Amino acid sequence: YIVTIRVKPDHSGVVTDGVKHSMNPFCEIAVEEAVKLKEKKFIKEVVAVSCGPTQVTETIRTALAMGCDRGIHVEVSGKDYEAMGPLQIAKIFAALAKKEEASLVILGKQAIDDDCNQTGQMTAALLDWPQGTFASEVTIDGEKVKVVREIDGGLETIKISMPAVLTADLRLNTPRYATLPNIMKAKKKKIANMKPADLGVDMVSRVEVLRVDEPPTRLAGVKVETVDDLVAKLKANGTI
Amino acid sequence: MDSDGGKGGIPSHILRRHCKRSRLSKKLFTSEDHFSTVLKNRFKFDTNLQIAAHGLSDEQKEFQKMAFDFAAHEMSPHMAEWDEKEIFPVETMRKAAQLGFGGIYVQPEVGGSGLSRLDTSVIFEALSTGCVSTTAYISIHNMCNWMIDTFGNTEQREKFCPELCTMDKFASYCLTEPGSGSDAASLLTTAKLEGDHYILNGSKAFISGGGDTDVYIVMCRTGGKGPKGISCVVVEKDTPGLSFGKKEKKVGWNSQPTRAVILEDCHVPVTNRLGQEGQGFNIAMRGLNGGRINIASCSLGAAHACVQLARDHLLVRKQFGEALSNNQFLQFKLAEMATKLVASRLLLREAAVALQESRSDAVSLCSMAKLFVTDECFNICNQALQMHGGYGYLKDYAVQQFVRDIRVHQILEGTNEVMRMIIARSLLSESG
Repeated sequence: YIVTIRVKPDHSGVVTDGVKHSMNPFCEIAVEEAVKLKEKKFIKEVVAVSCGPTQVTETIRTALAMGCDRGIHVEVSGKDYEAMGPLQIAKIFAALAKKEEASLVILGKQAIDDDCNQTGQMTAALLDWPQGTFASEVTIDGEKVKVVREIDGGLETIKISMPAVLTADLRLNTPRYATLPNIMKAKKKKIANMKPADLGVDMVSRVEVLRVDEPPTRLAGVKVETVDDLVAKLKANGTI
Repeated sequence: MDSDGGKGGIPSHILRRHCKRSRLSKKLFTSEDHFSTVLKNRFKFDTNLQIAAHGLSDEQKEFQKMAFDFAAHEMSPHMAEWDEKEIFPVETMRKAAQLGFGGIYVQPEVGGSGLSRLDTSVIFEALSTGCVSTTAYISIHNMCNWMIDTFGNTEQREKFCPELCTMDKFASYCLTEPGSGSDAASLLTTAKLEGDHYILNGSKAFISGGGDTDVYIVMCRTGGKGPKGISCVVVEKDTPGLSFGKKEKKVGWNSQPTRAVILEDCHVPVTNRLGQEGQGFNIAMRGLNGGRINIASCSLGAAHACVQLARDHLLVRKQFGEALSNNQFLQFKLAEMATKLVASRLLLREAAVALQESRSDAVSLCSMAKLFVTDECFNICNQALQMHGGYGYLKDYAVQQFVRDIRVHQILEGTNEVMRMIIARSLLSESG
């Protein structure tokens, strides 16, 4: 993920052309958890879904190589793609979850490019399903799911009914490497193609980006000789 | 954390944010956490990756991406330690085997991945960016595995290949002797037939993995002089009469032990012979064709890594008031390095395709590729070291290890002089 991000000259966003894209690391953790649950025979089938332009199929293939059974590519490109945010994606996921009769929707807790941390929660709200977010441990117990969540004060354990939405946090698992045989098997797995309109979802954004700027450059520090000097300086610039 | 292969690709500034949460989280995030180990010593060769991926199928790009990830997370952080402490990284290699790297071009029915020579070259090139020495050993292991798979009968294949594919057992290739290196066909190790056993007597030199591996593919003389008198037998560890010399101290390739293999009245069952009597030299040479592609691939990976390291250094290091990357001589040098890298890669991949298609020019092309690629890539890595200035000479920086590790690629699996012999012979025999 070592990429130098540059703001577009017109300040409307960041430059994404020619920048290498790959699966969001928290989504990798989500895929791993789903595949694990299937291996433990708690769930029957894992469907990998991604919304975006054609390149997104590469990411779906990686998910298939990790063990998902089939993929769905929801095609969004051009202006719609630039304006696409958590709400639009949540609507798509909600529609798909109903269509596929899913018992679980597992996502990464947030994307590391926009850090929104909204899609999972919005999806649950639209479906009116319970949500287990920031999951660091997931256990299926009959028709319920026990989720240990990472919260500011420590860990919280909840039990929610299925169908449910889960979002994966860092310590949920360590994603596997795809094996050579699985990469080859993935070639034969199907990726269905559809558009948001097919799911009855309107992609109109309710958010208008006014301006994108780089963070201010860090100024040089100032060295002081004594603690008194430090206190004086902090008082002078209004910090204390 | 899982015991099977896993990766952590999350940058440290993002990790730190996610761990600011609570004191409990901080405790969980120990320094042993492999995320942080990855970041301490990480080389991400993504920029050049796009060029290295040109012309590959989607599937090959997946293999390549996976191999690069494995190299960056499982090998690169340890490469310096393995070199310094001379550790044979058995656990890491077994993790690689779980992904299918133990028998990449071995057939699936005995546990292999059944991939092509080109797929293999792409994979070794990627793995080599993590640790040349370990990848080179994995390639030797693969070569031996393939030899049994291709020339062995059903019993031999079923006995040896599955465990070699999982790397439950490791293999060594034993051809060279103290008295026969380039003149391999003059080897002296004898194998006298007595009943249903061969009695082997002789010694092999410079054997990669020797002493720590389980399965030894030994070329020995069952017949008269010259190549037609040589056979190929599989000698298993702990066979009475099989012993090893001291561990050699080498300039590079330190993550694999190198020892002499000594055979004194070593009894090997006739059922361990691969193919016919007198076929051994041919088997050895067929193995080496692929082995040469693999070794050259390792050189290529090292050069790929070094071009990136040199580039990064030039952007950061300042002298005479500006970054070295503003210096035209260095810009030109870097351009030449990158050009030779791409040229090497194309020749190597062409040779790999020729080999997998059994083209008539395959042997010659493999020799050309081995010659050109190992020479050019050594020069690239050496140049990269020079561009680092004094820092290039310190073991704190990876570039010196790449240089030391690939130097031997110009020597083994047939010296680059022998490569010229093979090419010349092929050229001169065509006319007339």
